[in-house]
Amino acid sequence: MSAHAASPAHIDTSTGLDSRKMAFWTFIGSECLLFGSLIATYMAYKGRSINPPYPHDVVINGKAFHGILNIPLTSFSTFILLMSSVAMVFALWNVQRGNKPWDAFWLFMTALGGSIFLGCQVFEFTHFYHEGLTLRSNLFGSTFYVLTGFHGAHVTVGIIYLITLGVMALRGRIGPERTLNVEIAGLYWHFVDVIWIVIFPLVYLIR
Amino acid sequence: MTSETREIVHDQHAHPGWRFYGVIGVILLVFTALEIVGYIGETKGWYSGGAAAAIILVLSAAKFFSVVAYYMHLKFDNKLFTGIFVFPAVLGCLVIGGMILLFHVVHGEATQLHGEMELRPQMDAAATQTPVGAPAAH
Repeated sequence: MSAHAASPAHIDTSTGLDSRKMAFWTFIGSECLLFGSLIATYMAYKGRSINPPYPHDVVINGKAFHGILNIPLTSFSTFILLMSSVAMVFALWNVQRGNKPWDAFWLFMTALGGSIFLGCQVFEFTHFYHEGLTLRSNLFGSTFYVLTGFHGAHVTVGIIYLITLGVMALRGRIGPERTLNVEIAGLYWHFVDVIWIVIFPLVYLIR
Repeated sequence: MTSETREIVHDQHAHPGWRFYGVIGVILLVFTALEIVGYIGETKGWYSGGAAAAIILVLSAAKFFSVVAYYMHLKFDNKLFTGIFVFPAVLGCLVIGGMILLFHVVHGEATQLHGEMELRPQMDAAATQTPVGAPAAH
């Protein structure tokens, strides 16, 4: 490809931008509204549950209730998810430069980080269920499971997406000429990370 | 122009190197650690819940903008992408803020937890009364 052609203005679309990337940013915008509504619902009902279990330690009518949230576990899974975002950046960097097999390695590392995060969430949900917190137990249960469950579903889709790309990279079907495929996967993964950056303090850290 | 050529064209932006992204990653980890310290500080009584919330929210906002600007490349990409993302994100924030205002500030007095806790025994008593479908007592 000639040097003079290396300009986004040469892309043959009405905006001069790649339509796939434009469409994906539009999708991410719609996801902002989805998670905005879920977070808004959680915040509206925060502290409104009239029966236990409660998220944090609380004293009601002279009776003390132990909080159900496991902050150390969630902090660990948050660190892992952030590190998976760093791995995703490294994956894209290696794909852009055609560094094999490091492109596939970092894609699988990103998927591994997501899998660990998801494993922590499954463990947390199972523990909460045995502690008596269900979708129907109280307002906290309903809003918490819907919000974090939707996020977990997005993480699951992301892991499948990344593993697929990793396998394609191993087979030599991902390279510098297919950078945008990995960048779009990266946009999705970083968005999932960004949503958790919002959820973690609002649900777990702020009482 | 073929799709392959487009993808090569797309990658002509001057993005930072992997070291820069690594530094951003370290900053994200440090900020997350500080958020957790903020939470611990509140539980230990070092400062008020409001102060802890403010610290945690500022750190979260910094993390949010770091990921969006650098990892999602909005700082380097066309401003149209920024607009497409920021508009619904701001709408989402307004919805969250509006709900917090409505449920915790404007009508906070009407739905206090202790008021509902006082109602709870009455609700339980009502639930144990005449079962549905049973003949009414005269």
